[in-house]
Amino acid sequence: MALDLAELSYPMQRSCPFHPPEAYAPLRENQPFARVRLWDGSHPYLLTRYEDIRAVLAEPRFSCEPVREGFPHVYEGRMVADKADRSFLRLDNPEHDRLRRMVTKEFTVKKVQALRPYIQATVDRLIDNYAAMPQGSDFVEHFAAPLPTDIITLLLGIPYEDHEIFRRATRIQFGSRSTPAEVRESLAELFGYLDALITRKEAEPADDVVSRLVHDQYRPGHIDRITLINIVRLLLSAGHQTTQNMTALGVLTLLQHPDQLALIRADASLIPGAVEELLRFSSILHTGARRVALEDIDVNGHLVRAGEGVICSIPAANRDGELFPDPDRFDVTRDAGPHVAFGFGVHQCLGQVLARAELQIVYETLFRRLPELRLAVPFESLRFRHDMFVYGVHELPLSW
Amino acid sequence: MRVTIDKSRCIAAGQCVLNAPFVFDQGEEDGIVILLKEDPPPEQEEHTRRAARLCPAEAIKLHD
Ligand code: HEM
Ligand code: SF4
Repeated sequence: MALDLAELSYPMQRSCPFHPPEAYAPLRENQPFARVRLWDGSHPYLLTRYEDIRAVLAEPRFSCEPVREGFPHVYEGRMVADKADRSFLRLDNPEHDRLRRMVTKEFTVKKVQALRPYIQATVDRLIDNYAAMPQGSDFVEHFAAPLPTDIITLLLGIPYEDHEIFRRATRIQFGSRSTPAEVRESLAELFGYLDALITRKEAEPADDVVSRLVHDQYRPGHIDRITLINIVRLLLSAGHQTTQNMTALGVLTLLQHPDQLALIRADASLIPGAVEELLRFSSILHTGARRVALEDIDVNGHLVRAGEGVICSIPAANRDGELFPDPDRFDVTRDAGPHVAFGFGVHQCLGQVLARAELQIVYETLFRRLPELRLAVPFESLRFRHDMFVYGVHELPLSW
Repeated sequence: MRVTIDKSRCIAAGQCVLNAPFVFDQGEEDGIVILLKEDPPPEQEEHTRRAARLCPAEAIKLHD
């Protein structure tokens, strides 16, 4: 069955909030290198097979630099933010590895292990506060959003009180309806804030990531000030929308699958595996990892020409039945480990060990401490983040 | 099974340490992979294979 290509515009609509758009399965089956139409009239590839997506993301001749001709931009506002981004998320090698390695020591398995007691204390405090609020209070605003803000501001050495500035910035820069002017204004505000922060850290260094970057990398001249600002901005923003939405959507997914929730409640050793399954099943970076070919490249037998854009659909890869049998079933006992929810290749998420620790602690603690936790409104009334760069649920009113 | 690593490729994602903590570690100063066991014992082989398959930067090679 060939789908009508002219009709395939991207991003596509979901018909169920828990599943990727219905077209992905037939595309994976019949047209794994489909062409889709974007808002600007361009026609990049949409990849839907796990092995093709891994191959593209592991291939250095696919560039992740949004300023290059042919790079697929999914929203206009996002294009402005992406083109202004000079962090290593948007740089190819060798510069990517050089810059990423300035911060890799901050996110190792051991570092995160040492942070666990602090994450646990933060989760407990946020649950205390939430449970003291009126029944039906929004879990997103009062728990899922403050959690990553608290952790990352501690690591970076940023006053928690300043969080409105960068929460607003990520909201605008990750929103699909933001206008180019709004995005530019928001970027200017954020850069100004970070510039002042760096000035403070130059004068008064402390035991935090920004101080170490200032003194070990910026002062000796390994990076200039704009590069430093870009690195701090990336660390500050990359973990916010992602962890927040994964936290809330994960809670909702578990509440809607009571048999699976019962399994992890009865046996906490299932929680790490359940987190992998939630990452796979939700695939919140639902517009995908995007690249552009620098040369003609053979991807598992299909030729992608130099200058052609490629959208690697993370949700589609993570529902590929070749790798995940009965892929649309949410099953906390399956081996979901090979999912690509954190991407693949040299840009694979730097914060993944931290994100895993946060999510494991949240699900274990929340359902233990609030055993009656349930939705406070009909499921049908929830609004999902269909048109946002990071998927999730806008508000989640719960009772306990 | 024999394991080799290519430190120049490693991007310190930590997949190897999460999946095979007896075979891999990460350096304190840079987060880059350290090989603890060049010849993992048979009971570690499955974990080691998984780490190599999941390493996003193809920094781990297995020689059977
Ligand atoms: C559940 C939560 C998270 C998800 C699903 C997620 C997902 C991702 C994905 C898919 C990428 C790759 C993008 C691409 O290849 O184009 C990425 C990169 C990145 N993430 Fe995360 N992330 C999460 C949490 C975090 C946290 C907590 C941090 C904390 C600092 C973080 C920091 C980063 C950074 C710095 C990069 C860029 C890595 C590079 O380009 O080398 N992320 N993330
Ligand atoms: S999984 Fe690969 S990239 Fe990650 S730390 Fe280990 S060797 Fe390095």
